[in-house]
Amino acid sequence: MDWFKHPKKVAKVTDEERHVKTEGLWIKCDGCRQIIWRKDIEETLHCCPKCGHHFRIDARTRLKYLLDDGKWSEHDATLTSNDPLAFVDAKPYHERLASMQKALKLKDAIISASGTLHGRPVNVCSLELKFIGGSMGTVMGEAITRAIERSIADRHPLIIVSASGGARMQEGAVSLMQLVKISAALMKLDQAKVPYISVLTDPTTGGVTASFAMLGDLNIAEPGALIGFAGPRVIEQTIRQKLPEGFQRAEFVLQHGFLDAVVKRSEMRQFIATSLNFFCGPLPQ
Amino acid sequence: MSDPSQARIAELEREIAQLHMKSTGAQARLAEMQSELKKLKGEDGVNLAWQRVQLARHPKRPHALDYIQRLVPDFTEIHGDRAYGEDPAIVAGFGTLAGGQQVMIVAQQKGRDTKQKLFRNFGMPKPEGYRKAMRAMEVASKFGRPIIALLDTPGAYPGIDAEERGQAEAIAYNLREMSRLETPVVTVVIGEGGSGGALALGVGNRVYMLENAVYSVISPESCAAIIYRDSSKGELAASALKITAGDLMRLGLIDGIIPEPAGGAQEDYDKAAEFLFTALVAALDEMKAMKPAELIAQRYDKFRQMGNFFTE
Ligand SMILES: [Zn+2]
Repeated sequence: MDWFKHPKKVAKVTDEERHVKTEGLWIKCDGCRQIIWRKDIEETLHCCPKCGHHFRIDARTRLKYLLDDGKWSEHDATLTSNDPLAFVDAKPYHERLASMQKALKLKDAIISASGTLHGRPVNVCSLELKFIGGSMGTVMGEAITRAIERSIADRHPLIIVSASGGARMQEGAVSLMQLVKISAALMKLDQAKVPYISVLTDPTTGGVTASFAMLGDLNIAEPGALIGFAGPRVIEQTIRQKLPEGFQRAEFVLQHGFLDAVVKRSEMRQFIATSLNFFCGPLPQ
Repeated sequence: MSDPSQARIAELEREIAQLHMKSTGAQARLAEMQSELKKLKGEDGVNLAWQRVQLARHPKRPHALDYIQRLVPDFTEIHGDRAYGEDPAIVAGFGTLAGGQQVMIVAQQKGRDTKQKLFRNFGMPKPEGYRKAMRAMEVASKFGRPIIALLDTPGAYPGIDAEERGQAEAIAYNLREMSRLETPVVTVVIGEGGSGGALALGVGNRVYMLENAVYSVISPESCAAIIYRDSSKGELAASALKITAGDLMRLGLIDGIIPEPAGGAQEDYDKAAEFLFTALVAALDEMKAMKPAELIAQRYDKFRQMGNFFTE
């Protein structure tokens, strides 16, 4: 036990330090429970190389994976909620907003982008789950409505990638009315015959599912994504029994007729490009 | 009402109700004044919002059919979504409102006794209910008949079967399709406006709330469960959520507040229905001359402006 003779060296690294050092390098897969080298999944679009489990990714990474050269321009990035209810829970909502904005370098739970996908110009809204659960308040309502209006004006297809727990409680009925605002704008997009593809990722529930996420010309989802109106815990409390395995997962929702396809992240760009080609015809050479 | 003073009382109350509806600016001010007055008189106690919640859920509060019987005595109910089934938590049908005015009514319906409550699923609709309502509204739009939607639900049913049949899709579809209905739509929250489940019938040219109704993105109890990890603290959450008619008026989310009889609608069904009737007739009169495109534009513009609480 030669190494045991040098305890000082070992003692220098506390448990906490060790944790910080290794955290971020390794990740445990929710699918197969195996420990994976984080660098490995970055090369596979954040999907488990062993079981194919799709890890959650943030709004920026999503856009990077979806758009040509991982590049885009942003719109309405300065829109900021001014706390219409002066809401206070564990801490004042305006403080919660400020700390989120600082941590994530986003003003709210959305990035509204324009870029190209296989050469075709598209408008993309990408939701940020880490920002108060990807919840929809006045800012998201306005940003998405403007993106829809942009698509009507420039006739570029609209893609919305959802990842959200629904309407934002801290903005009360103001959030609720955003469901109408966006859905009504989608009525206009529908009339204008500009394609809209809704991409549902893990998780998409509540008022987001009950408005724009279910209103695509195509509704497509990533494998294993939780998709529903009520969250699983609420349903369990209501019916007082455990939910069956796979309930509200993308494959279940497809089986029940509410998704056009479940599409792997590695095939997402191609699937959308092929669909847009069907809707809009081939790109002019 | 043979007693002349009784007739005069009814007349005055009707006139008050009409004036009540008139201007949104005055309405908001009125709500503020009423709330200030109640505060000064010590009537608001600790929590005005929670009192409203109690009234909105009062066991004797008139439900949709109590109003429908009084508003449209020749009501003909229609059933089914033509896809899956019939949902008693939503009532749809047509009849004569007044002066020969034919209207379509869609409404969320709660039950009174245990048997009725179970039959109506406690007023919590399933997808087939929303689809039935949409079908009824589309038929009304096709034949140029105005639509009245009465909202009163704790929320859309959170159950396995509702999820399997696309609860979210049913609500989303209604929100988009209601926005292109070609006839006047008047929406009134008569009791509990429970989030997306209520909103699915809520895309109106005019959106009103009864004085003691509430309209919220989440129930106070569920909100309390999240904030305080204690669902019994709904009372605290109720005021934080700003769910009263006055709150929604101030936030610019509704067009008017319909008065209730003293003490609440449960005290006098006839009078409550009369106030509602007056408001509905006034609203439909205002929109009588509007063409389909104008109605769609007016409804759209109203919701487009809602919730502009952001800085650029
Ligand atoms: Zn795995």
